[in-house]
Amino acid sequence: MNIDLTDTTSSKIFGALLDARRRSGSPAMGAVLTLVIVTDEQGHYDALKAATSASREHPSRILVVVARPGRGASRLDAEVRTSGETGPGEVVLLRLHGELSDHPDSVVLPLLLPDAPVVVWWPGTAPEDPAHHPLGMMAQRRITDSASCQSPISELAKRRSGYSGGDTDLSWTRLTPWRTLLAGALDHPAAPITGAKVAAEAESPSAELLALWLGSRLGVEVERATTDGPGITGVHLWSDGGGVDIERGDGRVAQIKVPGSPERSVALPRRPLSELLAEELRRLDADDVYGEVLGLVSPADGSVGAGA
Amino acid sequence: MTASEALFTNGASPGGLSSTNPLRDVRDRRLPRVAGPCGLVIFGVTGDLSRKKLMPAIYDLANRGLLPPGFALVGFARRDWEDQDFAQVVHDAVKQHARTPFRDEVWKQLSEGIRFVSGEFGDKQAFETLRETIRDLDEKRGTQGNHAFYLSVPPKFFPDVVRQLKETGLADGPEHAWRRVVIEKPFGHDLASAQELQRIVGEVFDPSSVFRIDHYLGKETVQNILALRFANEMFEPIWNRGYVDHVQITMAEDVGIGGRAGYYDGIGAARDVIQNHLLQLLALTAMEEPVSFDARDLRLEKLKVLNATHAGKDISRSTARGQYVRGWQGGELVPGYLEEEGIPADSITDTYAAVQLEIETRRWAGVPWYLRTGKRLGRRVTEIAVVFHRAPHLPFSRNQVEELGQNALVMRIQPDEGMTVRFGSKVPGTSMEVRDVTMDFAYGESFTESSPEAYERLILDVLLGDPPLFPRHEEVEASWRILDPIEEHWESHGKPDTYPAGTWGPRSSDEMLARNGHVWRRP
Repeated sequence: MNIDLTDTTSSKIFGALLDARRRSGSPAMGAVLTLVIVTDEQGHYDALKAATSASREHPSRILVVVARPGRGASRLDAEVRTSGETGPGEVVLLRLHGELSDHPDSVVLPLLLPDAPVVVWWPGTAPEDPAHHPLGMMAQRRITDSASCQSPISELAKRRSGYSGGDTDLSWTRLTPWRTLLAGALDHPAAPITGAKVAAEAESPSAELLALWLGSRLGVEVERATTDGPGITGVHLWSDGGGVDIERGDGRVAQIKVPGSPERSVALPRRPLSELLAEELRRLDADDVYGEVLGLVSPADGSVGAGA
Repeated sequence: MTASEALFTNGASPGGLSSTNPLRDVRDRRLPRVAGPCGLVIFGVTGDLSRKKLMPAIYDLANRGLLPPGFALVGFARRDWEDQDFAQVVHDAVKQHARTPFRDEVWKQLSEGIRFVSGEFGDKQAFETLRETIRDLDEKRGTQGNHAFYLSVPPKFFPDVVRQLKETGLADGPEHAWRRVVIEKPFGHDLASAQELQRIVGEVFDPSSVFRIDHYLGKETVQNILALRFANEMFEPIWNRGYVDHVQITMAEDVGIGGRAGYYDGIGAARDVIQNHLLQLLALTAMEEPVSFDARDLRLEKLKVLNATHAGKDISRSTARGQYVRGWQGGELVPGYLEEEGIPADSITDTYAAVQLEIETRRWAGVPWYLRTGKRLGRRVTEIAVVFHRAPHLPFSRNQVEELGQNALVMRIQPDEGMTVRFGSKVPGTSMEVRDVTMDFAYGESFTESSPEAYERLILDVLLGDPPLFPRHEEVEASWRILDPIEEHWESHGKPDTYPAGTWGPRSSDEMLARNGHVWRRP
């Protein structure tokens, strides 16, 4: 069911949500969190699609905040969509016109689920210091996406300087399958790693983070090589015994070679936004490992620090 | 480590993973547990279970990136197939039954490791071929000698298969490699046969290498029983005879016996379901808090409570059994049990069984535990209902609380996994009137398409060597000790009562509860 409310207030929106829930005959709420998406007119469709898909795994109330600053009068328009077509949970699309666009917290606060965690997601441009953004302050977890910004690498440096526990970035989430595969390759005792190389397309914040992670964990220098992509195309770990070699040229299937085993192929597809978001919502506490790796990003231009 | 941490991380270093891996960090919880290099050999790949559950589960695991590169799947059956014929069977099964979307790249990864060995279970030559196949896989796929043998075959073939595994040296891998065996229920049909089975398997495999699959224990909601009880403060204090009036554990199926006549007749509902699934649910619901969530500590507590459990003294009064007759079920006329194909006309097999059990512990003394299961019942449902005493004093007049029943906490295992709490609430209006209402929690994971299927979890645990979710033979034997006297009594005393298909069982079952002043919940 869709309800359009123009020139409205949060309490009217709340009323509409309650009303819709009563009408559908299921007053109980199964939602486990409130997801606030801060975006613009161009970005809200894709973001909402990913969020609705993720809400199948994490039933949530989704609040989409679209700021429309301008010289016009302050006004709040809302579109309430309740369970049914959109999947479990509720979706409220909020359009903040004029001066109101500077005060999104005043609109969002009354609409948060009681006592449930809050996650804020900036699918595009993110504030310099998410934890101190008016919306970020309400949240346990703040999700950004450096890769979707104008210059991803310098964006990473901003993430570092504005980092607080609970921040996370989708360029880190994208690495999980790579990191899983690499950790699996080193599960069985082998000769110590003496060097490493990460090959990826230019301007890949994920590759930067992967190189930093490997460098700090293995205590070696990590080379960076630029390829045509897509994404990360290969990781090589050298050791006296031969080392680990993973190549992924097509963004789907990787070839992996470890000492003592023949070359094998393993599925390593690039994941859609919905899966990344679902992974993010699985844990709501601070990701310390991400924090540590991010701390190694060099503040000036975001490139890999020497010997890191 | 607190109990809840232990519960969710499943104890320390599962699968004996190298603790020196510099890329691993306990705080890095994004990295899932991935099985090390290994292969799975399935005996009896032509069966329903293999096609509908095992093969799709293996694909789903691969799709989620939880299988190692080079994972090998070997089929063993009495068919004249080549590797590619078997791969085609797996492909079709995966396409039809897998939970996650079909991806060519995942299939490619999986299909490279698929092999087939044709032969009889008694045929030594075939097992030699199997050994060669495995050696070849170790070389070409890098499985490093780690293999699990999944016996998806009727128990009468177990001795043959296990003996052949031993004689061809398949039961023992090279140094530093593991060999594990997975067996499916039924684990025998009484205590003696369960012990015999244990003797056969135990001669060849170490107890820690034997994994008995009870797929119920792999279900998210069953594991959630532990979280509910031991991670919360509000339930455990009332989880005892002081507050609990009785407990009802139900597993109802709406289907008949289908094509399982050969297996089912002579076994019956009690042996098929109560002995394993329901008694495991009872154990998890009734056990004391384990000191940790290690496999060993969990098992200890389950075993303690199972050993304290027994049927009432007068078995004819504390049990009921039934057999369905022709009837209308959900708008369809279905045949009775005796009319099913392959069932002898004088069969006294129970298709419905209800038992009242007592648990002799301080916590549960005097609280009846009612377990029931049956085929062709009203609908498919599995649930545990903990029913509480009425409030000792009600400051309301009798007609104000006429509609008020007993509080209940219901854990729904399937379908629609979740939890319901029933309690009294005032009916809106000017007069004071209290009536039962329910509050519902639908298990978050349950509406996701990506909630893992029980078999995925269990197969992964086998490959990781992580045993908490698998019953040990001591538990199996304890369960038979509970059930054997009942089965013996039934064998020598008359025959099952009848109930029309599509209803909730025979009258005798309702009478059994009525003797204690209780009624079955309509699930």
